[in-house]
Amino acid sequence: MNKTDVLIIGAGPTGLFCAHQLGIIGLSCEIVDNLDKAGGQCIELYPDKPIYDIPAVPECTGEELTNNLLQQIKPFNVKFHLNERVEQLKKTESRWHVKTSGGVEFDVAAIVIAGGVGSFEPRKFPVKECEKFEGDSLFYSIKDKSIFKDKTISIFGGGDSALDWAIELSNSSKVNLIHRRDGFSGAEASVQKVKELNDQGKLNLYTKFQMDSVMGDKKIESIKIKHDEGEIKEIESDYVLGFFGLIMQLGPILDWGLNIDKKTVKVNTENFETNINGIFAIGDICSYPGKLKLILSGFHEGALAARGCFKYAKPDEKLRFEFTTTSKAAQERLGVKK
Amino acid sequence: MAKITYHTHDNKTHTVDVQKGLTVMEGAIQNDIPGIDADCGGGMACATCHVYVKEEWLDKLPTKEDGEEDMLDMAFEPKNNSRLSCQLIVSDELDGLEINIPSKQG
Repeated sequence: MNKTDVLIIGAGPTGLFCAHQLGIIGLSCEIVDNLDKAGGQCIELYPDKPIYDIPAVPECTGEELTNNLLQQIKPFNVKFHLNERVEQLKKTESRWHVKTSGGVEFDVAAIVIAGGVGSFEPRKFPVKECEKFEGDSLFYSIKDKSIFKDKTISIFGGGDSALDWAIELSNSSKVNLIHRRDGFSGAEASVQKVKELNDQGKLNLYTKFQMDSVMGDKKIESIKIKHDEGEIKEIESDYVLGFFGLIMQLGPILDWGLNIDKKTVKVNTENFETNINGIFAIGDICSYPGKLKLILSGFHEGALAARGCFKYAKPDEKLRFEFTTTSKAAQERLGVKK
Repeated sequence: MAKITYHTHDNKTHTVDVQKGLTVMEGAIQNDIPGIDADCGGGMACATCHVYVKEEWLDKLPTKEDGEEDMLDMAFEPKNNSRLSCQLIVSDELDGLEINIPSKQG
């Protein structure tokens, strides 16, 4: 059991800065995120794209912003629980008992949901019968590539994941790469490599084709793919891999009794508390009149939510407003050496 | 104002006036037309505002920017008439535009 003052759900910029604000006022926190690294949408959707509207930072990439935020919260030694999704929530007297998908448990005074637009999950095939084979002969990520040796693999997608795996698996498996158009979004060098392998007969490339149906009993035996013009091809396949990027899903948060409208959680703008006492929501996931989905708004929301958590974490103490420039306590917490 | 017609997956038709300069995505959100999620808020960073444009309108739309086709690879059941509605800015030329919203966005 991890006992801490506040649990932050989501390690995007908003969650990270909220951790900083909690640290400044002397509260401890831990952070859970479904992804394998901190940064949220900044890292997952646009790590290399410059952001131009962070106050006092004329230009920085999503990755730089994340690294700077991690640097800024370093003094507080915040513990991260990555690859974990919060599943269960239970109120026990004045505290919350939280459990993640991986069985990690927390005992906290307050919860801050900084979950963006939900947790990232792989985007799946639209074809219904694919579900039946998922996790067995159809995958959206690869954990153990040895199972593909000497088998026939059909890979769908046109991004780097699809291209990289097609190239790598073509060494030891028969690979079909299927993509819905001639153009690819992956790196140009990989596209060239795939085309070379196709010319050499080491890989079969099917463009302007999409999944039509999957055949097989317990395991996939073959798939049908459909061309833009209507032609249908049946190809033998032992395994199917789909790389269509990630989609954001709200997941278990939906079942917690929060006031949710259109994938966002209603909050008050005084301290960003939700309709449930002790649960706060900040960043893209919260909504209130005038809400802007900007990182800078998330920072403001996090600062207020952190102060809102104080009365739950330290009910017998009074929080005094202080500046980091002059507050001895804040500077001590930051480890400022004089 | 331009009239935009949204056909939703439940076979309902919503014709609404959308202010010029807004996107077709924003027109749907503001009028509570279901089926367009727009998770990223219009930044061409997701594919959850994916729509099918009625064939006769395809040539009249602004051409796709580089990133749009890449994002459409991620859309649910993309077709030749797929577009991201956050990239379709409403103008006089688009008055009367008709789009179909897919059964789901992810």
